[in-house]
Amino acid sequence: MRGEPAGSERVGAAVKAVEARGLVKVYQGARKERVRALDGLNLTIGHGEYLVLLGPSGCGKTTLLRTIAGLEQPTEGEVHIGGHLANGLPPRLRRVAMVFQSYALYPHKTVRHNIEFPLKAEHVPRHMRERKVRWAADLLGIPHLLGRKPRHLSGGERQRVALARALVREPAVFLLDEPLSNLDAKLRATTRDELRRFQQEIGTTTIYVTHDQDEAMGLGDRVAVLDAGRLRQVGTPRDIYDEPADTFVATFVGSPPMNLVSRGDRLVGFRPEHLLPAENVAYDSRVTMPLRIDRIEYLSGDRHVYGSVTRIGLETRVIARLPATVITPLTVGETHEFAVPADRLRFFDAEYGTRTAPVRIGG
Amino acid sequence: MRGVPARGRPRAGEKARLTDREGFLAWAFLLPSVVYLTALVAAPFCLTVAFAFSDANSAAPSYRFAGLRNFRAIFRDDVFWRALGDTLALTGLSMALVVFFGMILANVLLADFRGKWPVRLLVLLPWTTPVALSAISWRWLLDSAYSPVDPILRDAGVLHGGASLLGRPPLATASVVAVHVWRLTPLAAVILMAGLAAIPRDVGEAARLDGAGFWRRLFGVTIPLTLPVIVVAAVFGAAVTFADMAVVRVLTGGGPGASTQVLPALAYHRGVEDGDMGQGAAIALFLFPLLLAGVIGVLRAVRRPEDANDGEADGEEP
Repeated sequence: MRGEPAGSERVGAAVKAVEARGLVKVYQGARKERVRALDGLNLTIGHGEYLVLLGPSGCGKTTLLRTIAGLEQPTEGEVHIGGHLANGLPPRLRRVAMVFQSYALYPHKTVRHNIEFPLKAEHVPRHMRERKVRWAADLLGIPHLLGRKPRHLSGGERQRVALARALVREPAVFLLDEPLSNLDAKLRATTRDELRRFQQEIGTTTIYVTHDQDEAMGLGDRVAVLDAGRLRQVGTPRDIYDEPADTFVATFVGSPPMNLVSRGDRLVGFRPEHLLPAENVAYDSRVTMPLRIDRIEYLSGDRHVYGSVTRIGLETRVIARLPATVITPLTVGETHEFAVPADRLRFFDAEYGTRTAPVRIGG
Repeated sequence: MRGVPARGRPRAGEKARLTDREGFLAWAFLLPSVVYLTALVAAPFCLTVAFAFSDANSAAPSYRFAGLRNFRAIFRDDVFWRALGDTLALTGLSMALVVFFGMILANVLLADFRGKWPVRLLVLLPWTTPVALSAISWRWLLDSAYSPVDPILRDAGVLHGGASLLGRPPLATASVVAVHVWRLTPLAAVILMAGLAAIPRDVGEAARLDGAGFWRRLFGVTIPLTLPVIVVAAVFGAAVTFADMAVVRVLTGGGPGASTQVLPALAYHRGVEDGDMGQGAAIALFLFPLLLAGVIGVLRAVRRPEDANDGEADGEEP
């Protein structure tokens, strides 16, 4: 078997919880057009890891999740779960549990019967079932809801029931498909926190799909950024943010996104928070540029300064985010000298968008 | 050519057209169906009620009030009770089979395969054929004289001697049921298909991930969620079967003996052929409260689970 340590290409690496090898999924669309939802995707997820799949809608992240779950069969490539090839296995044999975006609770069953359903399917004896339902309900703080039907629950409560249902079977892998997107903004923040705590408590490998970068950066041990069925970058939230592998990741992650200034065959990138009035940046290693200010927004204490810069490349519209501690007076219409610490500059190939070695910019 | 009116200003000069008035439109669209229902449903129904309490017959069509005499007569009549029992049994059996086959057919129709549209069309054909015509073709199939089915069954040893499909009570009843099932299954399938299609895809997938096999998904998820639709299909089919006389009349003529006599056929027999319009009307009218009670009862029964089957009824849009 390929999963055995001796035959593994990574000597000493433990068997991975989930492994996708060269996954391709082609959908036959209407009018004979073919959509490559997954385009040769490789990804490994370690045991107990919290991996977030991040990408714009239509990037293939949900398809990847469904392929791991066994709801879709890959056109090419392999899915390994717990070191075993899972291609062709029906979902019920994969020991994965999924929480759907809509929660997909059984509307005709009470909360208790919803949570109990996977156990019944596994022919768990009644007294064990009752204990486990109770355990899952306690863990998620929903024992008082057991007798109700889904329609009488709020969005947050439904989500907990869906989690409890996924939990009782003690799956090897949790798959969460945008579980927070149906909650209102306030509830989303608190639930995100709870989801993370909850996963740390039970320690189950989790794959979480979202298009929301705050969720991705806040929840993931590692974040995998997808675009057009391809993996752009996998790394810790810090890596993704500070060392983006290409311009897609650089502009998709971060709000406002990274500024990119065209300079010859390169793009010079820098985050809005690193572009500050020159007097606020250490003198010895900085790159300065004049910024003509078009507009200033005042957002939760920060100043977002919109304008265009010249000198370091073609004239480009950029955004600077000035924290409240920067008190330099700025007015719309003036041109002010701004600067970026030299080690905060990132360079990308102008044609392919991939990361390149730094270039010296006189400043 | 007219000048272009100034934009943004109401065109006060023009009058509102008749078709701009929603009250008028509502009536205009409703009127044909009101006329139709009055002429073909309400009027005959009232006439039937009137006849049922009279001693009218085709020989002396004058109207004389007879009170409950017609009803007393039919209640004393063994043929009536047998026909009632047979009708109920026939309907019940037919509906059980219709729902069963309809469910299978609905799943077939929902499946994605090449050429599903011609298949869907073909499947609906039995429903679109006039009852009398299809009953005649069935008689040709099942009759002893020219039937292709008869010799096959004879060779297989199912039929012996002088027995024939339509000539022996249990087989004749089975034939009538078979025709009803054949005729109503497509309609039930289409109704059930709508019900199946309304189950959110996520829910079915969740059941698969929860480890449920085919049977558990069917009985634990699919059937409970489609129950209201199943009931609608069954009630609708039952009403059609219960009130139908064409199949029995063409296929067996109520025989052999009176073994396949159903209430509507009996009503026709008494009222039109024997000329006793009062009794015929009383028999026909007897169907009405029975059907009504049945329909109300069943719809009530599914009301409560339906209340919980909200599926898509509430909840925030994603």
